[in-house]
Order: sequence, then C-alpha cells, then structure tokens
Amino acid sequence: MSRLTFPVMLMLSFGVVLIGRADQGLSASLRTGLDDVLAPVYGAFSGPIQAAESGTGALGHLFMLNTENEQLRAENAKLLQWQAVAMALEAQNDALKASLHYIPPAAPAFFTGDVVADLGGVYDRSVLVELPRGASPAPLVGAVAMDGRGVVGRVVEAGSRSARVLLITDINSRIPVALGPGGAPALMTGTNGPTPALLYWAPGQPPAEGAMVLTSAVGGAFPPGLPVGVVHYNAQNNPVVLPLADLDSLRLLRLFMYPDNLPVLTPVPHARAVRHAAAMRRRRKK
Amino acid sequence: MRRQSNWRRLDAAARYAVPFGSIVAGLFVLGLNFGLPAQAQLRPVYAAACVFFWSLYRPSSLPAPVVVLSGLLLDLLGFSPLGLWALLLLLLHGGVLALRRQLAPQGFLFTWLVFSGFAVALFVLAWGAESLLGQQMLPLRPVLTQSGFALLLYPALAAFFIRAHRGAAAAELA
Repeated sequence: MSRLTFPVMLMLSFGVVLIGRADQGLSASLRTGLDDVLAPVYGAFSGPIQAAESGTGALGHLFMLNTENEQLRAENAKLLQWQAVAMALEAQNDALKASLHYIPPAAPAFFTGDVVADLGGVYDRSVLVELPRGASPAPLVGAVAMDGRGVVGRVVEAGSRSARVLLITDINSRIPVALGPGGAPALMTGTNGPTPALLYWAPGQPPAEGAMVLTSAVGGAFPPGLPVGVVHYNAQNNPVVLPLADLDSLRLLRLFMYPDNLPVLTPVPHARAVRHAAAMRRRRKK
Repeated sequence: MRRQSNWRRLDAAARYAVPFGSIVAGLFVLGLNFGLPAQAQLRPVYAAACVFFWSLYRPSSLPAPVVVLSGLLLDLLGFSPLGLWALLLLLLHGGVLALRRQLAPQGFLFTWLVFSGFAVALFVLAWGAESLLGQQMLPLRPVLTQSGFALLLYPALAAFFIRAHRGAAAAELA
C-alpha cells in the first residue's frame, strides 16, 4: 500500500499540472478562494508590522532616519517652489478649459484597500489587497491600482474579501504608454526587475531622458493620462521607466474601476462577461 | 486512565504534524509584507529545505500526500502553474528517500552539499518548466539567487529543524 503511494501521488500531481494547463479558470478560482481565506489573517498580522514601521515602508527605513530627514527637508524646500508654479498653472488651465467649454470626464468609482501580503512567485510580481467589507459592488477584475503617486498595476483576480494586483514590473505586464509632452506612443514591458523596459517607440524619436511616462488609451486596457514614471537610460543605454509608485513597500492601494466605454481591442475579462450577458438578454427578447 | 491515553494520542498527533505545520507556517510568514527584496524567492527555498530535511530524518511524518499538499499551497500562493511545485517537491522527496540509507549516517557538511545540489537541480527544473509552460525565456537570475539562498540558509534552517527533530517533532517521546 505504502509502496504505491508515491507513484500514485506522482501521477496525481502530473495530472494536476495538465488539468491546470487545460483549464486556467480552475487555478484562478482556487487561488481566489485561498486568498479570501488568507486575506483577513494576513490583515491581522500586518497591522503590528505596519505599526512598528509607522507606515513609512520597509523596516530598513528605521536605520536611516537622519539621512532621510535631511533629504526630506531639501525636497520640501524644492516642492514649495513647485507648489507656486503648480497653482499658477492650475489657474491658467482652468481659464483655458473655461474658454474651451471643456467637459471633464466622470470620476471613476474607487476604494482603498490595505496591502496585506507580498505573494509574488519567483517569476511573478503581485501583492494581495484586503478589501473592506462589502466594498466590491462591481466585478473588480481589470481595475487599475494606484498608490499615492502612480500606477502600480491591475487587478487580475478578485474574490469577496481579497484582490490580487499584478504589478507593472511583472514579466507578463504590457502597458501602452505615452511619452513626454507630445504623447509619443510606446509599450512598457515588465522585466521582473525594478525598472520596466520601453519597447516600440517611433523610430527616429527616441524617448528623452527624464520625459514623463503616462498611460495611453491604446488597446482600451487603461484610461489615458495616469502617471506611471519617468524615462531613464540604464547602464546598457536602453530606455527604462523609473516608476513613480513605491513598488518595494506598498501599503495602501486605490483600486479604480473605470467605466469600460473605452475602445476595447484587447479582451478585458469583466467587460467581455457584461457584454456577453447583454447580448444573451437581447437574443432572448427576440 | 482513558483520559490520559487521549492526551497522549493528541501529543503524538501534534508531534506528527510538526513537519507539515512548519512548512505551512513558514510559507505564511514569508508572505507577510516586510518589504524585503527577493522575498518571494525565499518561499521555494524554504519549502525545499523543509521537504529535504523531514524526508531524510522523519519520513513517517511527511508522507507523499502531505508533500503534494505543500507543493499545491506553494503554487497557489505564488503564480506558478498549478501542480508544478507539487511535482518538483515530490521528486525531491522521492530522491531523498532513495538515497536515505547512504545519506542518513553522513555528517552535516555532506548533507548540506547534497541539499545544495538537489536545490540547484530543482530550481533549474522549475525555471525550465515555467519557461516551457509560459512559452517564453524567463530570466535566469532568480535561479542563481535562489541557489545562493539555498546554500547560505540551509545551516540556519537545519539548526532550527534539528532542535524540533529532537524536541517537538520527536514522535517516540510521546
């Protein structure tokens, strides 16, 4: 009996690999179920950790408080100058919009969740977000996750208590972006490293060092104009993106559910389900 | 009399559960949001060290179905293809059981070397399988960092396991 256990288990786990390969939804639903169970437990444990580091990020920050303080003072002085510039520009922008009869797009629904666990794999970057009770009115898959400064990633799996956010540094992440003031198109691809690479920019127009990287609506997966990062040339002289979001120590994320009236070229899972349901209803009426 | 034997049974069950419990607890703790770099890469290293040690010194507490469960948990916590690590940990388990007679009487240094060899083979296999299933060349660097972690962390983990092996997990003391 015990001699048979090992081969049987070997065949079983090989079968699980094949089944998981054939039916991608199975592993997704199993993972969502596990996440829903784990998220509250992780939430209970991550509270004290966050209290110990007073919400500033990694525990290592405690050891460089002095240098950080000096940096912050210098940065604050610079930011105060920029505040004046920003207020002047905002006033100018308002005046220009008023003269153009500009109608602002509707603000997307969003809510805020705690990052309770860092559950990436070896070749994947993802975090687990605990959702507040009764927080998800709409299907959350496809929602855009942002921290205080920039785009962090997208929700790939969501249950009733938890959501998994695939980070922009993940090797499977492909995000259409617009570079610089002209909005030159390019594709930002994750490399599993801290800085995603830039591909497919217009020939003859290489991305400029320090140019702002914003999301682009090409493909319909993202709304246009969300801040992502800044262009930088690495040691191999390849353009990469320095993300604005603090991806190493994520604590709070805002999940934005954009209305999916954007042109859809790539399949967005939740949009497809809704449209399919609507089509079925129409067919039934006929 | 009867009550005492129930307590004893509970004690024995708890001792049998130590290996699997240590795997689950370790995987859970490594998921906490400490903000350490390469934290996700530690998870397979830890699971491999656990399966290696307990298969070598206390195989009755770590039967094959438990190894499969640990592997599935590892796959679901990360984004690796479902069942991949179940298969790999089971191969490690089988390999250690086959070499058990030769390995058990050896000193610590030799077992450390053998574990490192097993770990490197395992991480290369995982890299190959994930590249094949994902149909893209994945970066090789995590294989190197994981192998380095396995080599460096095994003595510390083993010191902890050896204490558990003689104390909390010792079924013959129940």
